[in-house]
Amino acid sequence: MLRSPSGVIGLIILLLAIGIAVFGPMLFPNSPWRMVQRPFLPPFTLSTVPLGTDALGRDVFAGMIFGARVSLLVGLVSTLVALVVGVPIGAMAGYFGGKVDDALMRFTEFFQTIPSFALAIVLVAILQPSIYSIVASIAVVSWPPVARLVRGEVLSLRTREYVQAAVVTGQSNTWIILREILPNALSPVIVLASLMVATAILLESSLAFLGLGDPNLISWGYMVGAGRTVIRQAWWITVFPGVAILISVLGLNLIGEGLNDALNPRLSREGR
Amino acid sequence: MLSFVAQRVVKGVIVLLAIVVLNFFLIRLAPGDPAVVMAGEAGASDQIFVKQLREKFGLDKPLPEQLFIYVKGVVTLDLGFSFRQQAPVSKLILERLPATLLLTLTAFAISLMLGVLFGSFAARFAGTFLDTGITVFALIFYAMPIFWVALMGILLFSVTFDWLPSFGYETVGANLTGLAHAVDVAKHLIMPAMTLGLFFMATYTRMTRASMLEVKRLDFVKTARAKGLSDAVIQRRHVLRNALLPVVTLAGVHSGTLIGGAVITETVFAWPGIGRLMYDALLQRDYNLLLGVFVICSAMVLIFNLITDLVYRLVDPRIEFAS
Repeated sequence: MLRSPSGVIGLIILLLAIGIAVFGPMLFPNSPWRMVQRPFLPPFTLSTVPLGTDALGRDVFAGMIFGARVSLLVGLVSTLVALVVGVPIGAMAGYFGGKVDDALMRFTEFFQTIPSFALAIVLVAILQPSIYSIVASIAVVSWPPVARLVRGEVLSLRTREYVQAAVVTGQSNTWIILREILPNALSPVIVLASLMVATAILLESSLAFLGLGDPNLISWGYMVGAGRTVIRQAWWITVFPGVAILISVLGLNLIGEGLNDALNPRLSREGR
Repeated sequence: MLSFVAQRVVKGVIVLLAIVVLNFFLIRLAPGDPAVVMAGEAGASDQIFVKQLREKFGLDKPLPEQLFIYVKGVVTLDLGFSFRQQAPVSKLILERLPATLLLTLTAFAISLMLGVLFGSFAARFAGTFLDTGITVFALIFYAMPIFWVALMGILLFSVTFDWLPSFGYETVGANLTGLAHAVDVAKHLIMPAMTLGLFFMATYTRMTRASMLEVKRLDFVKTARAKGLSDAVIQRRHVLRNALLPVVTLAGVHSGTLIGGAVITETVFAWPGIGRLMYDALLQRDYNLLLGVFVICSAMVLIFNLITDLVYRLVDPRIEFAS
């Protein structure tokens, strides 16, 4: 991982983003919702409001810093939830095979056929926008690739001799799956997970852009959406949060590629 | 071949039915009693009207019967009534469908052509500055949120340079006909189609590049080289043809994402398609319309997947139609 330059760049970006998300609000306690200056103050005019203000005179820079929290949190948590759903389904399908496999894979395929962003919109709209419904919807639309990947890995690991040895010694299925198979299937899952965090951040920002963000939390997507109608007067309100999304997603994709090169040298050429 | 198509169509219909059932339960998850919600949408909430609505839509019947009525409705293309727009949902969607098809298919064609072109350039000149440049651009476009690309496009090409219109399907009130009208629509189409296409172009570029580098190392390419064929011929006829297979698969997988992207693109550019319709339904919390669009989107994805499946089999004769 540390040998691939793209992976290192990605890691630096991610650590910076995490640093900003964790410590930023302590260092820059300006509330992103409070009016601090006149509306439409251009960027780089006042050092206290470096990136200017939006249509309501709110600090764009403060919004960027507080928004980092929401983006990263939603990205990480929804990916974790997707893993919690997808890994067991994939592992059971691959390990038990036969009818269990058929049933679980039909179920997975069904969710993969539904247009994911449209489903996420419908779910958040119906459950009412909140950080919980957003995380849940993103998880619901992003677990199927995990299940398919884990199934494939388990399918090939199941026939290995050490697994058969465990079967012969009378270990329970759960024990074999958890202790023998899954640890060996982990590396491609980690690669996929890092790319999923990136996709989740894009999904969250798109939902927030459409007005489906948590109304109590500022997020980058919301800022771009709010600045959209005044783009002719104030370009900075939409440009800066978008750059923040771009850089974080880029960083995570680079990490994914770096991890891919490091963990699966064989797969690294295939891309996504 | 025919039995394969029939099999896939049957499978698609089953999935679609499952989506319709899911839809039915999603409607019931929506906040509030559906009859009261509908009454509210219609602008009246007295008890008699609510009761009438309940009877009219069979909401007083047991759940399985309601489900049956709903599925029967969808099969006959009755997707319910939008009280906000005062029109049947299916009529609203049918009016908007052509614009969405024009946008998504144009975006798809642009992204596939440019993606394969750039990807094969990058693979042909792997390791050079050209390759690095293409790869970096693809990575950046791949990480940009579509709504932001759309807004940056407007900022650059409409606000700064004033080259392209920033919203709509045609110039309002111009009443153009024939060729002039087509040119007008094309002008309005360029930015939305490029916006939507850019992300997919990046994906296809990466995929084509990776896939071509993979094929390049295979033995038959060495044979072709040993036969003394020129590099250009080898790249085009031997490498690219074989490398396109995974790209076609990816195109099928992406049809759902394409529709999702269309929702955002149409919203930003006020493009009168079903994506914009979905956004309007969302703003007005018009759940009937929202879920109607959702069903149609799913059906479109299923049809698109079927087509790519067929294309895949036509492109690669090694795959047999019988399963």
